[in-house]
Amino acid sequence: MKQSHIIVVGGGHGGVEAAAAAARMGVQVSLVTLDIDGIGAMSCNPAIGGLGKGHLVREVDALDGIMGIAADGAGIQYRLLNRRKGPAVQGPRAQMDRQLYRTAVQNAVRGMAGIDVIEGEVADLLVGNGAARGVILADGSEIPADAVILTTGTFLNGVIHIGLERKAGGRMGSRASVALAQRLYDLDLPMGRLKTGTPPRLASDSIDWSRLEEQPGDDVPVMLSFLSREPVARQVSCAITHTNEGTHDIVRRHLHESAMYGGQIDGKGPRYCPSIEDKIARFADKTSHQIFLEPEGLNCGTVYPNGISTSLPEAVQLEYVHSIEGLEAARIVQPGYAIEYDYVDPRALDRGLQVRALPGLWLAGQINGTTGYEEAAAQGLYAAVNAVNAVRWDDPFHLSRTESYIGVMIDDLITRGVTEPYRMFTSRAEFRLSLRADNADQRLTPKGCRIGLVGQHRAEAFDEKCRRLEAIRSVLHGARIGAAKAHEAGLPVSESGPARSAMDLLAVANVGIDDLDALVPELCGFDDETRAQVGREAIYANYLDRQETEAAHLRRDEATVIPADLDYAMLRGLSHELSEKLTATRPDTIAAAARIEGMTPAALNVILLAIRAGRRPARSA
Amino acid sequence: MDTIFAQATAPGRAGVAVIRVSGPEATRACRDLCGDLPQSHLASLRTLRDVDGSVLDRGVVVYFPAGRSFTGEDVVEFQLHGSIAVVNAVNARLAAMEGTRPALPGEFTRRALDNDRMTLPEVEALADLIDSETELQRRQAQHVMGGALESAALRWRSALVEAGALVAVTIDFADEEVPVDVSPQVRDLLTGVLRDLKAEIDGFGAVERLRGGYEVAILGAPNAGKSSLLNAIARRQVALTSEIAGTTRDVIEVRVDLGGLPVTLLDTAGLRETEDRIERAGIELARARARSADLRVFLSDDGIFPSEAGEDDLLLRSKSDLHGARGISATTGEGIEELLETIRARLVSLLPGVGLAIRERHRDAMAGAATELHMALNAIDSADHTELVSHHISLACRALDELMGRVDVEDLLDTIFSSFCIGK
Repeated sequence: MKQSHIIVVGGGHGGVEAAAAAARMGVQVSLVTLDIDGIGAMSCNPAIGGLGKGHLVREVDALDGIMGIAADGAGIQYRLLNRRKGPAVQGPRAQMDRQLYRTAVQNAVRGMAGIDVIEGEVADLLVGNGAARGVILADGSEIPADAVILTTGTFLNGVIHIGLERKAGGRMGSRASVALAQRLYDLDLPMGRLKTGTPPRLASDSIDWSRLEEQPGDDVPVMLSFLSREPVARQVSCAITHTNEGTHDIVRRHLHESAMYGGQIDGKGPRYCPSIEDKIARFADKTSHQIFLEPEGLNCGTVYPNGISTSLPEAVQLEYVHSIEGLEAARIVQPGYAIEYDYVDPRALDRGLQVRALPGLWLAGQINGTTGYEEAAAQGLYAAVNAVNAVRWDDPFHLSRTESYIGVMIDDLITRGVTEPYRMFTSRAEFRLSLRADNADQRLTPKGCRIGLVGQHRAEAFDEKCRRLEAIRSVLHGARIGAAKAHEAGLPVSESGPARSAMDLLAVANVGIDDLDALVPELCGFDDETRAQVGREAIYANYLDRQETEAAHLRRDEATVIPADLDYAMLRGLSHELSEKLTATRPDTIAAAARIEGMTPAALNVILLAIRAGRRPARSA
Repeated sequence: MDTIFAQATAPGRAGVAVIRVSGPEATRACRDLCGDLPQSHLASLRTLRDVDGSVLDRGVVVYFPAGRSFTGEDVVEFQLHGSIAVVNAVNARLAAMEGTRPALPGEFTRRALDNDRMTLPEVEALADLIDSETELQRRQAQHVMGGALESAALRWRSALVEAGALVAVTIDFADEEVPVDVSPQVRDLLTGVLRDLKAEIDGFGAVERLRGGYEVAILGAPNAGKSSLLNAIARRQVALTSEIAGTTRDVIEVRVDLGGLPVTLLDTAGLRETEDRIERAGIELARARARSADLRVFLSDDGIFPSEAGEDDLLLRSKSDLHGARGISATTGEGIEELLETIRARLVSLLPGVGLAIRERHRDAMAGAATELHMALNAIDSADHTELVSHHISLACRALDELMGRVDVEDLLDTIFSSFCIGK
């Protein structure tokens, strides 16, 4: 059998995961990038993970992706966000040494059999029989392939703004690929325009660290990958400073020189990551905003001041930076800038992220209107798996909202589209209590194993972990403890209740695994991580039955397929507006249709009836 | 899509009769009838003519263009003189046009639902409308859900969205400059909704009791003919169930069955200024009962009504056999059937005076939400598990889904982003 061949265009976080995933599944991959040295570069903030994002990193990791391991090779400060809240909403996050991260990613790509890295500019797609069949490079050479995955970030009509200056380009220093863009515009896909910004980078040695509040990492770092045990790199602290009235005056005075406020930019920016101009204009009553000073590496000497992204002119950036405590003498190594770019409305994609209008072409990452390394990585991996399955005529690999944040994100994208750069939040996941960062491997690794996505090393580590978990669960289920005895041991239960299993006791509020050691001595024989894991599971034990009922309901809706040729315009009882939305989005299941904005249960009934009517055998004449 | 038409007002003689036309041919029907199409949403006086140019009637015509009308389609309403002959003539003219037909019962509402023109809790509205077997059920569903229940549900929803957003901000933006402890505000919001829900759930019993009978008070000056009217009605009602002297001699209750609707008619003390303390107490009692009644009927033999007679009350001239003007007569029976029909129609269209939970599943939805809010409040108290507070709030919202549309994470995010400066 001829080996399948997939081309991945773009060497960012989506591109490398796509290439690596396809390679793990045994496909020959050509990774085409403008700049080999730029593979794995972090163009925005030097951190991986966080709330919602940490879940995505763990899920990518559970499917044997490279982000988590690379990040643990480069992490210089670890913080588990929401440590004081329940495990369902805890988000592992780490500051990166940019250079170490890039090296780790490049090593991972290089070390993987089946990935051919090509430095070059993709000028156009090869199209035959209405499907993408490969790419044409700028030098005229053609690379045929079975599928093409575009992970080209902000290259579509990207414009960089620094103050009133503007120039074409993706991130700083990258060329924009114009010809390829034209091909996408010619497909007449629905498009939108977004913007995003970065802060000026500061020279570390020009900051007066001694005057600033130090933000150390956690004493016990929580790693990003299931396979990592402890940080590799030296650990450092970040620092916190604040803007003040003086800063705000300067920004206000120069607001008209800002690209975003001077009317240069009309793309929509993320509300959760506003520029300093935005913060001051929109929240005028706040007299101070927090800034995290994040070292970009152990030796690189630059600092990322998280919280003051801007598109003001360079001179103004310097002026307001100098008004901030600790930054009075700071040097700007690279000015902040805003970038505006087009994205493809992801409602033009199918559930596997393939462009419906051009089979053979998959899109992942910022080009779909998302933001963030983690979101891009997860889509890259997911698109690649589906591309591989498609070229092999295997079943599509779909993840449900009920089992993963990846499934939540894909469903949100293809059914709701985006109106601002899409970022993951834990609030987006309605099954949040069961979709935890800590159990991403239990949720996804077996699925990954079944399709050949997960390598042997991880599969064995996972099996071993499952064996330990099974063992401790059987100890907990097996130990029956009388109420009096439990009460005597100090557990918050009444003396007179029925005897309960240790597992049930663990599910009682405020009972931890340590509290059971005296009652069930075998527990002491298990390692800390295994003990902690059953403890985390027990917290939500009482909630899971109900979530499972709802998940089953959703899965049923997800399994109710809407025929691709259903003519919504002909359905009586659908409003014109909904009918247009449905025609544009073409939801493939009832669950997807239900998530379309403005959808009503009445309209869903109409669609269900139409599906049923369609199934009815045609009456003979 | 057919263009449908029907008389929107009750059949029979009346001051005004409204014929509503909805659908793609509505505007052409209007031009054919009136010669032109009035400016939208403006009441315009027009002469309606038959095919041969003869005048059918002169009336107020209002045009509601598609997208801004009750049904969502082009709608034209003709407000005609309330004559049976006029209505029949105009209906006949409409029926003769191309592409039009008389509306089926409830069809305008059905179209409004189909076109998303009713921001009702759609599942229930649709299910109720389709399932409804009687006019009573249909009107009740529409009335309750189109009005009071929906606005209450929206109020609860916005409080829960706000509470959910406050909790979400502390979870999803924990590394930002956001309030660390939002529990006082969240507790206030949840407690408020819980209080409302409890009142409704408790009120459900009252609604059920109300199902046992509506109250209609008959008021008027002494000797206006109230008692005669009551007696006349009682004689005519085969289903008369009881005649009870009230706790005072001044309020007499008669239970009658008005077309399947249990109604208690209250005969009250004649309203007048008096120095007699006992009579005054009786009048006060009459007024109090009247205030809590579902409908008040004022009788007057001379056509002069007391100032307390309001817009929602029925005003009738009694003793029509004596003065010859239009009205009712307990002696001849004139107008009594119409009065009973009017009372019935008014009661049917009335929201029960207490409670929004008029169906068991409304109550169940509210009770489900209340349970979740209880658990959310408990979770706030036990701290450390904000995600459980959030979980219960979202389940409470889900429980209220029966009463309203879904609550979406985008609602939470919108609330968050408009209230907090997120983005470090």
